[in-house]
Amino acid sequence: MTTAPVISSKGLDLTFQTGDGPVHALRDISLDIEKGDFVSFIGPSGCGKTTFLRVMADLEQPTAGDITVNGTSPEAARKARAYGYVFQAAGLYPWRTIGGNIRLPLEIMGYDRADQDARVSRVLELVELGGFEKKYPWQLSGGMQQRASIARALAFDADILLMDEPFGALDEIVRDHLNEQLLKLWARTNKTICFVTHSIPEAVYLSTKIVVMSPRPGRITDVIDSPLPKERPLEIRDSPEFIEIAHRVRDGLRAGHAYDV
Amino acid sequence: MRNALPVLTVLLAIVAIWYAAVAPMNIRVALDQAQRTGAVLEPVTALERQEVSVWMLMARNAEHLSTTYAMDRPRLPTPVQVGTELWNTTGDMVLNGRGMSKRSLVYHGWITLQSTLWGFALGTTLGILGAVAIVYSRVVDMSLMPWAIISQTVPIVALAPMIIVVASQLGIQDRIVPKAIISAYLCYFPVLVGMVKGLRSPAHAQLDLLKTYNASGFQAFLKLRLPSSVPYLFTSLKVGIAAALVGTIVGELPTGAISGLGARILIGDQFGTPLAIWAALLAAAILAGLLVTLLDVTQKITLRRMGMSG
Repeated sequence: MTTAPVISSKGLDLTFQTGDGPVHALRDISLDIEKGDFVSFIGPSGCGKTTFLRVMADLEQPTAGDITVNGTSPEAARKARAYGYVFQAAGLYPWRTIGGNIRLPLEIMGYDRADQDARVSRVLELVELGGFEKKYPWQLSGGMQQRASIARALAFDADILLMDEPFGALDEIVRDHLNEQLLKLWARTNKTICFVTHSIPEAVYLSTKIVVMSPRPGRITDVIDSPLPKERPLEIRDSPEFIEIAHRVRDGLRAGHAYDV
Repeated sequence: MRNALPVLTVLLAIVAIWYAAVAPMNIRVALDQAQRTGAVLEPVTALERQEVSVWMLMARNAEHLSTTYAMDRPRLPTPVQVGTELWNTTGDMVLNGRGMSKRSLVYHGWITLQSTLWGFALGTTLGILGAVAIVYSRVVDMSLMPWAIISQTVPIVALAPMIIVVASQLGIQDRIVPKAIISAYLCYFPVLVGMVKGLRSPAHAQLDLLKTYNASGFQAFLKLRLPSSVPYLFTSLKVGIAAALVGTIVGELPTGAISGLGARILIGDQFGTPLAIWAALLAAAILAGLLVTLLDVTQKITLRRMGMSG
């Protein structure tokens, strides 16, 4: 790669001061994410994968080290609305329709009305929710609500999508379907996606790069560049390559965890 | 309709207890009156009867029991007597075109309602503004909140005359002003507390989401905090309007006011007409019930339209 990485972190540390003493959430995290990458962060709870994502989003401040997003500080990137963030809970406003929820960031960012309408219908099509614009969140299933929240993150055309276990609360069948859709969406939009998960098959299926993390202190134990092709039918999960990567992820998780099992 | 049975059962139980209490409450007065009309009682003199329990008096003078249920100035009137008095001073007068006569509880209720609504509007406004200030400023939270709590520990009966005196010192002639202030004093607190909780109710993730949009504090307030607080606001408003009514009535008690439900209660006390007191009390209760129900219906409609019901 000759272009500068979209996200670049060097020797990043983050220590939370708590009542029980300092907690080392992140220790010496160095990682480069290139444009168009689909990077999954996998690890047990407490390994800092969500914290790292929140540092990229300027929702947490690192205590040491450097990180740049789009070549600037996370704060500047946030203010430039460089990324869309998808939380584990869809978090749609019950008093707004699906369309109204997707409009929320657009209203805040001051898009004009016609532009808002066009963007809402475009991203609804992207997540296959066309025709649901006037529905209220409670009229949609959990999977559809999460798709609407992804549409909300896509609406303002940020190049980076940060996703914090977006499908963690959904059942496996819905999850498979959404994973497939997400890959299609990624292929169509060429966004850089950072995706936090604790499902090995999900990480292997989706990613071009898998970052394995371990807890106490949160650190990177392995970075796997996936040899899988960009075109990935669900059946790819039965291929020997897929199973081999899954093995390597599992080994990485086990290595990071060995001392406290 | 499934709820009708338990509701009716409780209502019947209250009425039954009320009726059962009328005879022992009224028997002494009833016997004193009967003696004046020449009845022979057991024991004979009023002085001797002081030493005997009401139960014994009821047992020994059973033939006078019925009079305890039909007295002009009973210690405790029967529900029917109160109902009749209420009808005579409201519906009956309205039917005769004297609804706004000074003897009509509709007129006095209207006077009280006006102060209540002014007080409610003032108290709600202050409560909401105070809550916004508390949520957005830690300094205000630390400095205002203790005073808000202290304000509610001062007995309103002690404070009411002072407010009225100060108001007249300031040359405010209109009686509605001090009454509305007292009413607002009682009403702002539940609104303040409820709104603080409501404005703080959005989850952390919700506020983080707005931060990722680089939303301003004012945008976060308008688009997230304010709508999120609506269910809390309505709950507080229902408590607040009842408190506002109580405040107005208390404001009418010690002030020499001659109109308003509170004034009716006071006048009924001074002139020894318990039926008037009870009718005014019942009118106040009905008024409070109507106001709370009105807010309740508004709440249900609003929350349903906001997709927040249940």
